Amino acid sequence: MSINIGGLQLKNPVLTASGTFGYGLEFADFIDLSRLGGIIVKGTTLEPRQGNPPPRMAETPQGMLNCVGLQNKGVDYFCQNIYPQVRQLGTNVLVNVSGSTVEDYAACAARVAALDDIPAIELNISCPNVRQGGMAFGVTAQGAASVVRAVRAVYGRTLIVKLSPNVTDIAEIARAVEGEGADAVSLINTLMGMAIDAERMKPVLSIKTGGLSGPAVKPVALRMVWQVYEAVRIPVIGLGGITSATDAVEFILAGASAVEIGTANFIDPTVSMKVIDGIGQYLDRHGLASVGDLVGRAH
Amino acid sequence: MRKYLLDLTVAEATMLRTSYLLLRLHAASGPLPQMVPGQFVEVRVDGDAGSLLRVPISVNLYDSRRDELWLLVHVVGSGTRRLAALVRGDVVSAILPLGRGFTLPEARQGGGQRYLLVGGGVGVAPLLFLGQELSARGAEPTFLLGARSEADLVQTELLSAMGPVHVTTDDGSFGEHGLVTDHSLWADADYARVCTCGPMPMMRAVARKASERGMECEASLEGMMGCGLGACLCCVHPTPEGHLCVCQEGPVFTAERLGWTQA
Ligand SMILES: Cc1cc2nc3c(=O)[nH]c(=O)nc-3n(C[C@H](O)[C@H](O)[C@H](O)COP(=O)(O)OP(=O)(O)OC[C@H]3O[C@@H](n4cnc5c(N)ncnc54)[C@H](O)[C@@H]3O)c2cc1C
Ligand SMILES: Cc1cc2nc3c(=O)[nH]c(=O)nc-3n(C[C@H](O)[C@H](O)[C@H](O)COP(=O)(O)O)c2cc1C
Ligand code: FES
Repeated sequence: MSINIGGLQLKNPVLTASGTFGYGLEFADFIDLSRLGGIIVKGTTLEPRQGNPPPRMAETPQGMLNCVGLQNKGVDYFCQNIYPQVRQLGTNVLVNVSGSTVEDYAACAARVAALDDIPAIELNISCPNVRQGGMAFGVTAQGAASVVRAVRAVYGRTLIVKLSPNVTDIAEIARAVEGEGADAVSLINTLMGMAIDAERMKPVLSIKTGGLSGPAVKPVALRMVWQVYEAVRIPVIGLGGITSATDAVEFILAGASAVEIGTANFIDPTVSMKVIDGIGQYLDRHGLASVGDLVGRAH
Repeated sequence: MRKYLLDLTVAEATMLRTSYLLLRLHAASGPLPQMVPGQFVEVRVDGDAGSLLRVPISVNLYDSRRDELWLLVHVVGSGTRRLAALVRGDVVSAILPLGRGFTLPEARQGGGQRYLLVGGGVGVAPLLFLGQELSARGAEPTFLLGARSEADLVQTELLSAMGPVHVTTDDGSFGEHGLVTDHSLWADADYARVCTCGPMPMMRAVARKASERGMECEASLEGMMGCGLGACLCCVHPTPEGHLCVCQEGPVFTAERLGWTQA
């Protein structure tokens, strides 16, 4: 079941997605965290952030919209208060790094680089760039490349870049970040959407729009993983709407070397264990020796 | 407090009045965990096209002797309609107990302390359990319920076994006409603490009344929840301390912590 993602060795290809699994500790009553391939903790920024006002969530058909807005206590708080609790969980703990300027990203990544037991970061390039009128870094090849270049210069361990699906050509963005030295890409982040309350005649979410996740996004995510797998040589991590081992296998067949589980953790906090077990059973059933034998096999 | 993911068996599913559902539940195997009033459970309702996330529902009653959990559900949308389709013998998945409950007096130390429990609409749900626990500790609960009309009043008989029940209705069809904060009992209200659950504007108004009279107040908030576990930060409420997680720091907060005591 083990697999290597750009230098990061995972005991199995199942990670939990940033923003949906807290710091992992929130799920310790339900599962053995050490069985996970990895935990990607919530979006962390250089400075503390209050996030957006409520309401921050709306349920939609087979999905949910969120506009949490990166509420977190900042990277220094993480280093001092959370890191000591998570460094010995027996699994890979990855920090999801976010920012609003290239310098913030780099400064945040540099702080994480000093933590011995954090083997990799996932760079969230879906954040708005304050110098570009709030347009997300990850929606242009140039913007994405600029963040990766700055972070690569200060970060020597495995650098995973998480791509935004809110683009015309995701393969182009993937090639741009590969060109700047990313070790792997993960996709997809949430799809921009909105919900309107017909009775109140107003948007449901405080900032009007939010990111769609859950089973509703799976076909879009699968298509993008397929395209990116064909476009780059670095490993791809697939996510978006995974709720079962079969979903995970589909992503691996499309080209993912590992998968992340997000929204599904809310519905079944033990889902990650079921996905790990189910992938193992699938490999046995098909007489395959390793996950690697499955990666991209549908192409 | 440890959280459990449990299968619960439906011992009874009854519609009370038109749109309120009472579920009496047992753990499918083993005993239920201990719970305190104001805590909630996340009930799984996915499986059809319209429902995905679990639905947060307050503990209406936890009876440790009979090892039974009651949920009182206002059937309003797709998730709660799924719950309304449950019948005796069905099994539902729940995560429990979640959040922080109301402050209770120490066991048997409540001696004669008077509490005012103010519920609006289905906000009455946690007050049955709260009334039971207060009574068990020697405190004296008084209930003040606000409803749209007589047809929205539920469980009043059970509450009146524990203390006086006062009612206001929006349409005057039962009790005093108006809002809970218009009720005549406030004129000489003297309670050790006011506990409230219901619509946000009602709870704010109740907290203001309590603070004007120098009474402590706790309110049970709602929030649009993703996980119920403190992991997603969807459910926050703005307070003077910043955005606090309703599912983790609450759902019960003191009026001071919410900044509801300043006029
Ligand atoms: C801590 C907590 C405890 C709760 N306890 C109870 C309880 O004991 N009994 C009970 O009947 N309900 C309770 N609720 C509210 C209940 O969770 C919602 O009514 C339910 O999620 C609606 O789900 P639905 O799919 O049926 O409705 P939907 O189809 O999702 O929505 C129907 C309507 O209800 C509104 N709505 C949905 N969720 C909420 C919410 N969380 N708060 C306010 N409005 C909402 C929607 O905006 C919409 O207008 C509680 C909520 C919280 C957060
Ligand atoms: C409530 C919530 C918060 C999220 N926060 C972050 C975040 O901080 N950083 C990030 O890169 N992605 C974040 N995401 C996106 C998820 O990690 C994931 O990319 C997305 O939800 C798609 O996967 P899913 O359908 O399995 O949930 C968040 C998603 C949700 C639902
Ligand atoms: S509902 Fe997820 S943090 Fe409260």
